[in-house]
Amino acid sequence: MAIDTTPAPSVDESGSAPLHNTHDTKPWYTEGNLVYALIGAVLGYTIGHWFGNWLASGYQQIQGSGQNDYALVLGYLLATIGWLAGLGILNYPLMKMVGLHPSPDEDDGAKAHRPLRAYFTYTLDHKVVGVQYLVGMLFYFFTAGLFALAIRTELLSPTRHILPPGSYLTVVGEHGTMMMMMMTSVILGPFGNYFIPLMIGARRMAFPRLEALSFWITPAAFIVLLSGIIVGGFPTGWTGYAPLAVEATQGQDAYLVAFGLMGTSMIVGGFNIVVTVINYRAPGMTWTRVPIFTWAMLVTAMLMVLAAPVLVAGTYMSLLDRTVQTALFDVNHGGSSYLWQNLYWFFGHPEVYILALPGFGIALELLPVFGRKPLFGYRTAVAGMVGVGMLSFFVWQHHLFVSGMNPDMRPVVMLTTEMISIPTGIVYLVAVGTLWRAKLRITVPVLFILGMLFNFLIGGISGVFLSDVPTDAVAHGTFFVMAHFHYTIMGGLIFTFFGGIYYWLPKMTGRQLDQRLGRIHFWTLFIFFNSTFLPLFAVGELGMPRRVFEYEKTLQGLNMWVSISAYFIALSMLIFIYNFIKSTILDPKPIIPDDLWGSRGLEWMTENPVPENNFAHVPTVLSGPYEYGTGAGPMAVIGAVPVEAATSNEPVTHEGGS
Amino acid sequence: MAAKTDERTDKQHLQRIGLIWLVVSLVAMALVYFWWGPHLPPGTDSVEAKGQQFDNRVLATIATPVFLFVWVYLLYVLVHWRVKSDTPVSELEDGPPVKGHRGFQATWMIVTSVTVFALFVFGTVELVQNAGAGTGSGQAPIWTPVGYKQNLNKTKLLVVQVIGQQWRWTFRYPQFGGVETSQLYMPSGQEVQFAVTSLDVIHSFWAVNLGIKADANPGVNNIAFGEATKNGLINIRCIELCGIWHGSMYANGHVVSLADFHTWITAQAATHRQLIPYLPPYANIYLPQADGGYYDPNTNPLPPPGPTPNPVPSVIQ
Repeated sequence: MAIDTTPAPSVDESGSAPLHNTHDTKPWYTEGNLVYALIGAVLGYTIGHWFGNWLASGYQQIQGSGQNDYALVLGYLLATIGWLAGLGILNYPLMKMVGLHPSPDEDDGAKAHRPLRAYFTYTLDHKVVGVQYLVGMLFYFFTAGLFALAIRTELLSPTRHILPPGSYLTVVGEHGTMMMMMMTSVILGPFGNYFIPLMIGARRMAFPRLEALSFWITPAAFIVLLSGIIVGGFPTGWTGYAPLAVEATQGQDAYLVAFGLMGTSMIVGGFNIVVTVINYRAPGMTWTRVPIFTWAMLVTAMLMVLAAPVLVAGTYMSLLDRTVQTALFDVNHGGSSYLWQNLYWFFGHPEVYILALPGFGIALELLPVFGRKPLFGYRTAVAGMVGVGMLSFFVWQHHLFVSGMNPDMRPVVMLTTEMISIPTGIVYLVAVGTLWRAKLRITVPVLFILGMLFNFLIGGISGVFLSDVPTDAVAHGTFFVMAHFHYTIMGGLIFTFFGGIYYWLPKMTGRQLDQRLGRIHFWTLFIFFNSTFLPLFAVGELGMPRRVFEYEKTLQGLNMWVSISAYFIALSMLIFIYNFIKSTILDPKPIIPDDLWGSRGLEWMTENPVPENNFAHVPTVLSGPYEYGTGAGPMAVIGAVPVEAATSNEPVTHEGGS
Repeated sequence: MAAKTDERTDKQHLQRIGLIWLVVSLVAMALVYFWWGPHLPPGTDSVEAKGQQFDNRVLATIATPVFLFVWVYLLYVLVHWRVKSDTPVSELEDGPPVKGHRGFQATWMIVTSVTVFALFVFGTVELVQNAGAGTGSGQAPIWTPVGYKQNLNKTKLLVVQVIGQQWRWTFRYPQFGGVETSQLYMPSGQEVQFAVTSLDVIHSFWAVNLGIKADANPGVNNIAFGEATKNGLINIRCIELCGIWHGSMYANGHVVSLADFHTWITAQAATHRQLIPYLPPYANIYLPQADGGYYDPNTNPLPPPGPTPNPVPSVIQ
């Protein structure tokens, strides 16, 4: 993109930029809000449940089993629609659809001083959505973490002692599903949504309505998933393998609807980010100047857009098998138990990289800032991330090495799987090069990045044992696998997520977390994370399958060690929660974050708090974000053209909104 | 210290890192391969387990220098060049503005690519040579031991059908009249063909100490090969989540001498002679039928069970 600071011909204000309209005349109760959303959800559930009962209660299979999946699924779906309608999300598209001309949304979030209630409503400002996501993701993460503590408590003993088997599997499934479906957005949601427009010099997202929708689906998915406990739990874990899922109790409907909803959230949220990064870059923000974190978000978002539809299709099929008695997964009537495994892992393996790439992005984004050096091998790093993204679609059958499916293809899958370590290794190549003679300040964010480099190495190399068929014959389905992906996801993604919080929260809120408590948080988390998951490799290799509460007595010592370490992880998280609440709410110490870390990044060049259009004037990008020590001037100049008048970073014919 | 280290050139630093890494790696690799290797799971109770242990050993040895490179490098860099974490931004000095190094990047890519390709070749050879390395290889495996024939009446291997159902394992011996037992008996020193299938949901058969793992899918005959080398107990668990009692879906078995196996199976066949007609006829897969039974109407490879066990295959006599 050439540098172009001339204002493009002005377009109709109200059409191109609904965000700017901030007149505040109507009282709050005429707008969508949380109260209406809850009423809508309850109404929707009631109507759906009634309709399902009316429709299907006479069916043979329902009279025989006593559980009406039609009523539950329709209840969930209509409750979700009611929830979204109550928030006012459907007003704009519905009015457009019937040919009305809706007035642009009033938007509290776009104001410089946002009222608190903007954070509890459907808001089109990406900065508010980012904060909503941050709080939401922390909440989901800690909820799912509590389930993990329940699992570890049960595993203190080699026989059943606290949870009955059905409840145990439900707890395992809730923990796994909640972590795996919610944490897909743990970095893309808060930091992707908040910082991508700031990093590329855009005044807003391409599709703010889709972005807000992607967030407001997550509470619905979360509550639907949790409700699975009430309606009988589900026995399948987070993978939901099919013949078991079809015969399972009604909690399975909650799992399927929730995962499908979250898939939808991934599709719309990812789509918005892909379009934003491609179309909304500021003048001078060429592809080689795009920050590496934005690249990671772009690839992640593309994976979401391409992989999540398969998941949504799969959950839909499974719901059909459970309700209208199709036989898609029933071998006796022409279906196949392999079908779900294929659909699920075709989504599931790219999803693993949806969970890994954001971590790479934050690690590589922060190392140049704190090492005061250019990013080593920028283009290689980008190629590596894109390579990981592309290869991730060709490896899913390594989850099925012993299943008997395509047995003769296994060498090929082995090759593609092991090939992923080449682009993944590039992350280490870039980190190693960037750290060479780097004057590294080991601040709290850097501690988390170094921790990630340590953990992910163990996670990645243990993955080689799973990609090799003969060694996978030992490790497949055991705690080894579980330790492996906790090392990559918790050790990679969650560590960098915390690093990102310590790094970016000052920009988002004007408040910095307590650094001393941050260090205590890091060291306790790092030590007890490793102390928890390292022994689990051994536990798995010694013969303990996943998702069992009965294991050999000889493994009790290791399991007790792991459980006690897990409690200390919880303690470490409590330190973080205390720090977070203390530093942002109870005892905030406002700071001006502009030069806090000495970063060159564009996201630190705006005013504080970030104004409604992100930049008062259109920035013109002059150099890359990592030109430390090269003598290059500042990354961008804030031009003379007021953002309101400029359209040069938006498509001119754009109608506005989604 | 800072003043002293600055005098070293890049090359001297690299040599020091390389030397530390080389020494530590060589020691650690030797320890991993020779000292730790023989104790790695899954032990040496079968040919397959032995092969998997060898693979674990090789991969662990290859992984060692990779770990050590990153750790040694990170430690070296942090020890030598870090600055105080509370340095004010205004006093920060920039590092050398190195944006890349063609030679280093190329070397890295070549080394990782060659390693990956070597791992792929190694894994494939181990998989093919060991006839699936103890893993479930589908209904028509192409990497098979000597004597294997798909036709049950022609194969020279002992066939054990492993049937998973919620929540127990049973074992059928088609060459002995299709007798079905709740314990797995197999002779040592004999190649056994496990035909794994399920009656309901997906299970997975794992003979832990024999290194044999194969999913039990409904409607699928998943074949794995194994040859036990030592007499003793077999520890069998279900390794795929199959419902609430998945955790207690285990069985056990015995590896015995050929003569003992023969005695045992003959006794079993005699004991169960009256019961066998009530079992579904032996088949590769079993599908639930409208009459409540389980059988596959299309395949019935065995003659109906007679008064005496079928002739024992020559290899087992």
